[in-house]
Amino acid sequence: MKTFLCLVRRELVLTLRQGGGAGMALGFFLTVLVLLPLGIGPDLKLLQRLAPGALWITLLLSVLLSTDRIFGPDYEDGSLELMTMGPMPLELVVVGKAFAHWLGTGLPLAVLAPGLGVLLNLDSALFLPLLAAMVLGSLSLSLLASLGAAVTVGIRKGGMIVSLLILPLYVPILIFGVAATSAVIGVPELMGPSMLILAAISLVSLVVAPVAAAAALRSHMT
Amino acid sequence: MQKYANPTRFNAIAGAVLPWCAGLTVLLFAVGLYLGLVEAPQDYQQGETVRIMFVHVPAAWMAMATYTVMALASAVAIIWRHPLADVAAKTAAPIGACFTFLALVTGSLWGKPMWGTWWVWDARLTSVFVLFLLYLGYIAIWQAIEEPTRAARIAAIVALVGFVNIPIIKFSVDWWNSLHQPASVLKVGGPAIHSSILIPLLIMAVAYTMLFLTLHLVAMRTEIMKRRIHNMERAEVAG
Repeated sequence: MKTFLCLVRRELVLTLRQGGGAGMALGFFLTVLVLLPLGIGPDLKLLQRLAPGALWITLLLSVLLSTDRIFGPDYEDGSLELMTMGPMPLELVVVGKAFAHWLGTGLPLAVLAPGLGVLLNLDSALFLPLLAAMVLGSLSLSLLASLGAAVTVGIRKGGMIVSLLILPLYVPILIFGVAATSAVIGVPELMGPSMLILAAISLVSLVVAPVAAAAALRSHMT
Repeated sequence: MQKYANPTRFNAIAGAVLPWCAGLTVLLFAVGLYLGLVEAPQDYQQGETVRIMFVHVPAAWMAMATYTVMALASAVAIIWRHPLADVAAKTAAPIGACFTFLALVTGSLWGKPMWGTWWVWDARLTSVFVLFLLYLGYIAIWQAIEEPTRAARIAAIVALVGFVNIPIIKFSVDWWNSLHQPASVLKVGGPAIHSSILIPLLIMAVAYTMLFLTLHLVAMRTEIMKRRIHNMERAEVAG
């Protein structure tokens, strides 16, 4: 447990202090949110209708954009190999890194999303559901992102492949995430089940992603 | 089983079986298409467009079956590290992607007259579209990693993770309300289709399966020979 916390702390410090970490994802999030109304047009009603979906898609892209930082630098400088030989199983290392990625990217963006949603005229009744759904959903986003990062570590131009591999797996999270948040507008009874399914997806990713990611890392390093 | 997995023996057997598979494929397609497009009765609601089913439904079945073959081969490759399993998984992917594409396109052509729209974002259509993307991602992995053994391992992991989508496709019409009709052939209490339509459909399904088998065997043989040439060239450069 101590090693695990130590790893999470190290990752967090790295994301905060290195360039291109958490701040970059936030900046990207903000930029896309500014571009959207410019592209769609300033119709407030339309924006309100689109806001939850737009926020979710922006969240997916921001998470996706920061995947190469999960294993990339550690693979290049050799610290990943040290972690493989360390006392912790590689699966747990993956969990730690994914958790730190979530703390550094998914969680802050989820917390900020309702506030930034004001830019898109997001209905204030949706603030809490959106926050809850994004917190639940972004956990699986980070876990799956770590899987994508593990699969493509050390590949040149891995970024494009990560999006091709991981975005299809993000589809259910997007669907249920939006269902949970737009429920207030149309069908409120969708909200509860959608939240539960988001939580279930996160739990399933917690089981599947670390095992698969660790297997991928091992075959990359032999 | 292991002794058939020897690439040389596999090549010999596949070479002997191939003409028969190809012939049977042509024959089954001829019979199935004749029965389906000419003999089968019109649907009282859908008219002639119902005949799209004979192309669409088997393609969708094969899209899922091919992914299952790919995932099984990947599992074998991971567990027993057998190169022939890598070859099987790798060569199944483009064929499966084509079946998926065919299912999507014919489904869209069928949807226009029946549902009044080319495309709806419901569970069945979306999950099949995701299947198509998964095939593309899998193919991209093979192309991105140059070293074949490493590519094989990574691609196998990707294929196995993507397998979660297959049950989702199968049950999407039961779990969510969908424009797409629920299962009507494989279900408790027997098929809900009259035999005049069911028999050509099943013949077409076997024809598609034989088509997959033929293409897969050809592709596997080609891949094995490609690897041999690659190895020989490398040996020549080294020696």
